[in-house]
Amino acid sequence: MSTELFYQSIPSLATALEAGKLSSVELVRSVIDRTKAVEPKIKAFNSFDEEDALAQARESDVRRAAGRTRGAMDGIPIGIKDVIAVSGQPLTASSRMLANFISPYDATVTRKLKGAGAICWGRLNLDEFAMGSSTENSAFGPTSNPYALDCVPGGSSGGSAAAVAAGEAIVSLGSDTGGSIRQPAAFCNLVGLKPTYGLISRYGLIAFASSLDQIGPFARSVEDAAITLGVIAGHDPLDSTSYRTEVPDYRAALKTRTGPWRLGIPKEYFGEGLDSEVGRAVEKAIAHYQSIGCEVKDVSLPHTEYGVGVYYIIATAECSSNLARFDGVRYGHRSKDAKDAIDLYFKSRAEGFGAEVKRRIILGTYVLSSGYYDAYYLRAQKVRTLIRNDFLTAYREVDAIITPTAPTPAFRRGTKADPLAMYLCDIYTIGVNLAGLPGISVPCGFSADGRPIGMQLIGQPYHEAELLAIAHAYERAHEWGQRRPAL
Amino acid sequence: MSGRMSGASVDLRSKELLLEQTLADIVRFPPMNYEAVIGLEVHIQIKTKSKMFTRVAAGYGHDANTLTDPVVLALPGVLPVMNKAALDAIVKAGLLLGCDIAPVCKWDRKNYFYPDSPKNYQISQYDQPICLGGTVEIELPGAARNIQGEHKRIPLTRIHLEEDVGKLNHGASDSLIDYNRAGTPLMEVVSEPAMQTAEEAFAYLTALRMAMVYAGISDCDMEKGQLRCDANISVRPVGQTTLGTKVELKNLNSISFVRDGIAHEIKRQIGVLNAGGAIPQETRDYDGQTGASKSLRSKEMAHDYRYFPDPDLMPVKVDETWKARLRAECPELPFDKQRRFYERYQIPYTITAVLVPDQELSNFFEEVVKLTGAGLAQSVGNWVVNDLLRELGTAKIPLSASRIGPAHLAELVKLIDGGTLLNNAAKEVFSDMFQTGDLPTRVADRKGLMAETSTAELDQWCREAIAANPKSLADFKGGKESALNAFKGPVMKAAKGKANPKLVDETLRRLLAET
Repeated sequence: MSTELFYQSIPSLATALEAGKLSSVELVRSVIDRTKAVEPKIKAFNSFDEEDALAQARESDVRRAAGRTRGAMDGIPIGIKDVIAVSGQPLTASSRMLANFISPYDATVTRKLKGAGAICWGRLNLDEFAMGSSTENSAFGPTSNPYALDCVPGGSSGGSAAAVAAGEAIVSLGSDTGGSIRQPAAFCNLVGLKPTYGLISRYGLIAFASSLDQIGPFARSVEDAAITLGVIAGHDPLDSTSYRTEVPDYRAALKTRTGPWRLGIPKEYFGEGLDSEVGRAVEKAIAHYQSIGCEVKDVSLPHTEYGVGVYYIIATAECSSNLARFDGVRYGHRSKDAKDAIDLYFKSRAEGFGAEVKRRIILGTYVLSSGYYDAYYLRAQKVRTLIRNDFLTAYREVDAIITPTAPTPAFRRGTKADPLAMYLCDIYTIGVNLAGLPGISVPCGFSADGRPIGMQLIGQPYHEAELLAIAHAYERAHEWGQRRPAL
Repeated sequence: MSGRMSGASVDLRSKELLLEQTLADIVRFPPMNYEAVIGLEVHIQIKTKSKMFTRVAAGYGHDANTLTDPVVLALPGVLPVMNKAALDAIVKAGLLLGCDIAPVCKWDRKNYFYPDSPKNYQISQYDQPICLGGTVEIELPGAARNIQGEHKRIPLTRIHLEEDVGKLNHGASDSLIDYNRAGTPLMEVVSEPAMQTAEEAFAYLTALRMAMVYAGISDCDMEKGQLRCDANISVRPVGQTTLGTKVELKNLNSISFVRDGIAHEIKRQIGVLNAGGAIPQETRDYDGQTGASKSLRSKEMAHDYRYFPDPDLMPVKVDETWKARLRAECPELPFDKQRRFYERYQIPYTITAVLVPDQELSNFFEEVVKLTGAGLAQSVGNWVVNDLLRELGTAKIPLSASRIGPAHLAELVKLIDGGTLLNNAAKEVFSDMFQTGDLPTRVADRKGLMAETSTAELDQWCREAIAANPKSLADFKGGKESALNAFKGPVMKAAKGKANPKLVDETLRRLLAET
């Protein structure tokens, strides 16, 4: 059976393009048609620009015909989360605040993708300003999980996950502050990578929590994720927090790095609240690693229980400051009936932001306030260091750590109205952001009713090549990732 | 007394009561001697090509909102990147003023909403300023204009680096914002509350400005907003050691407004206290045009800036090598130069007071002295301060545009010293070379202004002068040295003023000895 174009992998598409059996225009048309067919059910996109995508595809075909192709991603459509700037395209963060904002500049990742010939395709839905775990907080309506339409795709990068799972893009970019790539990847049967903090430039990513945010790829295979990562990684002079490091050939590492590895199992990640089907699936994956010669060890991450608390202090503190610029003065939503400048701030922000965004701004403003800073923010930063040290201590004995990505498979829309219940969706992913480590979610099974399950592999700082290789070693022995949704 | 109830006595009694009340007031509020305590917060724009956290150019006087980019406008997704030249400049300022330089440059966010601040937070330095301590040497006004005043050192609390905000232009029904200034590197120099008078504050600002201009850190043009000053002022009874309640005075936007505003505020506070009132902690706005101030906000309305470390910017290490490089670029401070000019060349205060504040002029002076030798430095100083400045003033040009270079003035001063150019002639030569750019010898030759040196002619004139004045001849022979002068006039007259006076003197003595 030949796979539809929109479900093929980057290497197979690149081979077909290279051989002249396929044009980028044909590929993009196939993706556009697929998008139009399934989008009424999925609603992964805030907007897409067919003409722009086809124009990019034609340029790619011209380059290829002239022998000036730019590598594996030339001509491949990649979906972009609507918090990453693409010049000339909307940049809304799924917020009323930016509903009419068109970005006049490219994010560094966008510039790199265009430089590699990739086709920036569409603006993908998210929880407003990346705050949420279900993509229900979008001002433009929720996105559905392609594997269970009444369920959420996860969040905040739910649009990026659903689009790739439903064949509306070959790969996509998301951003991950506390699990926003890995959790939706787990919910949508995808590979989702949150790289080490500093590996990918954040220039052009609308900041939620600057010290935690990181851009990363969604893909239907580890190899596609590795190819995409190779294009967007590397130091950027426009981002002071981006790290000067060599970018290895991630794709080649999948073949050259074969283990065996020492893998750590943190007991703190397998306790109360973990769904039994998820727990069993991850246990089986661990057993597989043992079967291919890996050494599996218990490790302890004793400060795990503080993760969610620390996260919601640091992330909200940073967001309260980061989102101050959305004031209706220079761009974005401006209230029509403001009496003066102060009133303009109050009304524009009251009208422009949704409830979850306001909740976090208020919380963050509070924890930074005079008299509370030491008790909350400063202490949270100290605990954050302890959490990082937990991981670094564990890495003296193991190469990577295995955990579930999320405590449950995708849940039904509207079932987590309590913010705290929603915050606990990220309980296994938050520590990775706090510690600045790379983490990847890999499909490892399905629930009895057909909802995907993902496991999380956590690596050492800047060891993405190793992490991808470990993920690949599991993936090639299993077929979970190849199961497509019935749409 | 209560028995006398006439109208007059009631009147008298009420007057007595009034007097008693007044006396009681005086006992309660005795007129006191107050002293003021002043600290200054001075914002200085650093002269860099680009802005503090992005590559767009910094500048003044451009069309509104042309010096902007996505970072300046705080578009969604942009990030700051530190301008290293600005850090260089502030470290240099710190080294110059004797501050301790922090080993790490750390950035914080100061959060507040105002339309001139595009991000609604300012990137600044809160708990770890890059420069700590240090002093600014000041010179107080002397007893007279030509007498040097007392020097003292005003201690600094800190100097930190931040970014400037945009500018609001208020119209009748709306306000427009120009973000050209937003993001310009700005350093804030905070003094200790260590000044007592408006004159000290004035002297402090003058000295600070001079030092910054000298080091090329800023042009400190207050009209362009490159230097701005807020003052914290409190008064207390003389002898009290604790500080009074401070008032922050804002908008002191010229150096004389600083002096006048502070003087006004000190008077106002003493007036309030003498009237039995209390000074509330507040921020006041000084209006230099009317010379009055009004309250802007009280302490209760003070901002909570919610400072926290900026997660977008990594701390930057300032190591010893870096500091050593910048130390090598630091110029001599103006007052140090003044002292050196006096010690080395015996240049008096009247000259150095003009020479030193102008770095270009004092450099020119030293260039000339290099050519003439230190012995002629005083003469050089006089020529620079009197003649050169006058000519520049008349022509309304800066020194850099002058046609007179160090070589011109050096030659002129040497010619005068050698006796070949007389003072009046030298003045004429100077004016001419200022116009033409010709060297003095050439001007003097062209205009026939060189002192006469032909000995045969001079001998003849001298002989005639001696012969014509036998009385003075006798006086001289009789030991009256001053009689010599009587011959000089006729000789100079014969020479039409072009005789070298040294030579005239020598020739007369020689001939008188022979006579």
